[in-house]
Amino acid sequence: MTERIYIFKRFERFWHWSQALLIMFMMTTGFEVHGLYTLFGFENAVGFHTTAAWALITLWIFAIFWHFTTGEWKQYIPTLDKADAMLKYYLTGIFTHAEHPFRQTTLTKHNPLQRLAYLGVKLIINPLLWFSGLLYLFYSSWNAWGIGWLSLEWVATLHVIGAFMMLVFFIAHVYLATAGHTPTSHIKAMITGWEELD
Amino acid sequence: MMSIRNTLLLALCMTGTMLVTTIAGANVQPPVAADNAVAETKAVQAPIKTISTASADKEKKSNSTADHAKFKELQKDFKTGPEVTQACLECHTEAAKQVHKTKHWTWEYINPATKQKLGKKNVINNFCTSVTSNQTFCSACHVGYGWSDDNFDFTKEESVDCVVCHDTTGKYKKLPGLSGHPNYESMEWPPHSGKFREATDLTKIAQNVGKTSRKTCGACHFYGGGGNAVKHGDLDSSLVNPKHYLDVHMETEGLDFSCAKCHLSDSHQVSGSRYAPTAVDTNGVLMRGKSDGRNPTTCQACHGDRPHKAEHPKLNEHTDKIACQTCHIPEYARGPLATKMTWDWSTAGRLDENGHRVQVKGSDGRTIYDSKKGDFTYDRYVIPEYVWFNGNIKYTLFGDKVDGKDLVKINEFMGTPGAPDSRIWPVKTFRGKQPYDVANETLAIFHTAGKDDSAFWGNYDWDKAIKWGMEAAGADYSGEFKFVETEMSWPITHMVAPKEDALSCKQCHKKDGRLEGVEGVYIPGRDANPWIDKIALLIALLTLIGVLIHGAIRVYMNKRGE
Repeated sequence: MTERIYIFKRFERFWHWSQALLIMFMMTTGFEVHGLYTLFGFENAVGFHTTAAWALITLWIFAIFWHFTTGEWKQYIPTLDKADAMLKYYLTGIFTHAEHPFRQTTLTKHNPLQRLAYLGVKLIINPLLWFSGLLYLFYSSWNAWGIGWLSLEWVATLHVIGAFMMLVFFIAHVYLATAGHTPTSHIKAMITGWEELD
Repeated sequence: MMSIRNTLLLALCMTGTMLVTTIAGANVQPPVAADNAVAETKAVQAPIKTISTASADKEKKSNSTADHAKFKELQKDFKTGPEVTQACLECHTEAAKQVHKTKHWTWEYINPATKQKLGKKNVINNFCTSVTSNQTFCSACHVGYGWSDDNFDFTKEESVDCVVCHDTTGKYKKLPGLSGHPNYESMEWPPHSGKFREATDLTKIAQNVGKTSRKTCGACHFYGGGGNAVKHGDLDSSLVNPKHYLDVHMETEGLDFSCAKCHLSDSHQVSGSRYAPTAVDTNGVLMRGKSDGRNPTTCQACHGDRPHKAEHPKLNEHTDKIACQTCHIPEYARGPLATKMTWDWSTAGRLDENGHRVQVKGSDGRTIYDSKKGDFTYDRYVIPEYVWFNGNIKYTLFGDKVDGKDLVKINEFMGTPGAPDSRIWPVKTFRGKQPYDVANETLAIFHTAGKDDSAFWGNYDWDKAIKWGMEAAGADYSGEFKFVETEMSWPITHMVAPKEDALSCKQCHKKDGRLEGVEGVYIPGRDANPWIDKIALLIALLTLIGVLIHGAIRVYMNKRGE
């Protein structure tokens, strides 16, 4: 009999998937603006990217509010407890059907590596993208804000670095979504809220 | 009050009609007349008339409160231009004094920033090169009568030519070789053509004066460089009657701007200058009544510096780096006429076996070689070159060192990439080869047109032509000349396209786009730190490969387990 545990609340799931779509869309449009390929056309790509940015910012505002009012932010407090076991599992145990070293509970729904990764996203990648992106967006106000000395090249480069970091996170994240107790358990949980444990 | 800087000089453009002038010591007096020499200049001068066609039948009724045909001062049988001017001055008592202060009259301009003495009288270009020793011909584009040599009296009021700018009949034409006069008697024109131009009906012209028009300004400014469309590329006779596509402001069926609509004038001082252009205008719209010494001829004077609508907020953010013209004049020479792109004087003078002038036409019917001038190339729908420009232009003037080793920039657009005082401007850059005095290390002044034994157009003898020209300029000629490569640039600012035809984002925001090589600005889509891009893409790729291998092993181990 499989044990089921309700991990992801409705808002959380909504937040995750809408954020996922927005981020994929922003990577698609953003890397086009960066000149890596042509898809929507430069002008459209810029417009879509900007609109999606505002949507994502709005979503973040709600998500931040949710995290703090529910106390869910504590899920990202980093810990190294069992981190080595997780690493070992990903490097070897997972191939041999060893037991998953981490058991989710509603209070600790992320394994220690997830905690670190998501904290990194929230404290490094997101702020980097957010701040550089907003500066980018408000380029014409720099002088009025007294930051006319800023270089668009630097702002843009930081934004691009953030975007590539997000891309790397995205690739790893999508793959590791299959690395739960079963290959689909994480994904199902993210959709239904219920995680199946062995 | 307009500062001198703002004053304009439409006159510049004419340089190409070959000009020259003043310079002391010259005892140059090419005969006035129509003959061989005149004949040969026809190509150079074709301008002054051709313009009338299309718009003639839709001449607008004047809204003036004065009908000059009813003025008793003008009920006369005028014999000469100066007589007409005297009649004008009976009422317009201050007009000639005003004109005397303009560059249209003096052909001289001191650049306040560089202190260089410019103006058509002083500048050497790489078209017909220089006015000096060629006044009789060049003065067909001077707003005066009788400028044939250095003895011209610039203080005489009746020497001002009022009607060349104020004619509305389209019948007034100053002919090259006549020192700024129209023909007062019937005259074969073009020379040796068998056609005759009737004596100019000065009375009718005087009775029909009015405001300046695209036609009157264009009579000189469309023909700079020796012919229609030759010099500027963004100014040619197609602007007499332009369609929407060619120029949104001047479109005959649309806004129908005259030149003076933008080139606002005060006391005959016309605003807008190619010697000291306004490259950056961060002011808003110029309100009536305000002047602040601003140049009223900029785009911003009407449109402000944030002209784009709210749905395109990003567009306004471009105004700190690029001039309006960069996007809104995507190509020049967009009418039916091609503009000249290169002129190689070094091949001039080649004659056929009988010692006659050779003219070679290209497949499109344009002259690509002429013994009198050398080799040419032309182009239409030309994509401009782009430079950072702060409004200062430095010239290589007569006497400035030219050693023949380097390309000579006859003028150089100054500007600092990325600096607040500079913008990226579209320019036409005209390239050529022209003679310089090897020992004296200066661009040469040479005598082109005239009925004498030295004018190049007739004698094809460089030594004689240069000797005459240099003497006319009051300089020595070392006796040794060579040809040097030169280039000269002109800001592109006319032929503003409809907004639908403005550059699209992608034309600059990509690699190898319009602004490739223009430094000092980060252009998303064009620019990227190549190392960051490479390393980051490599990391992303390795991540992808890593997870794929990881996944493959899982699948494999899984299968084996079963």
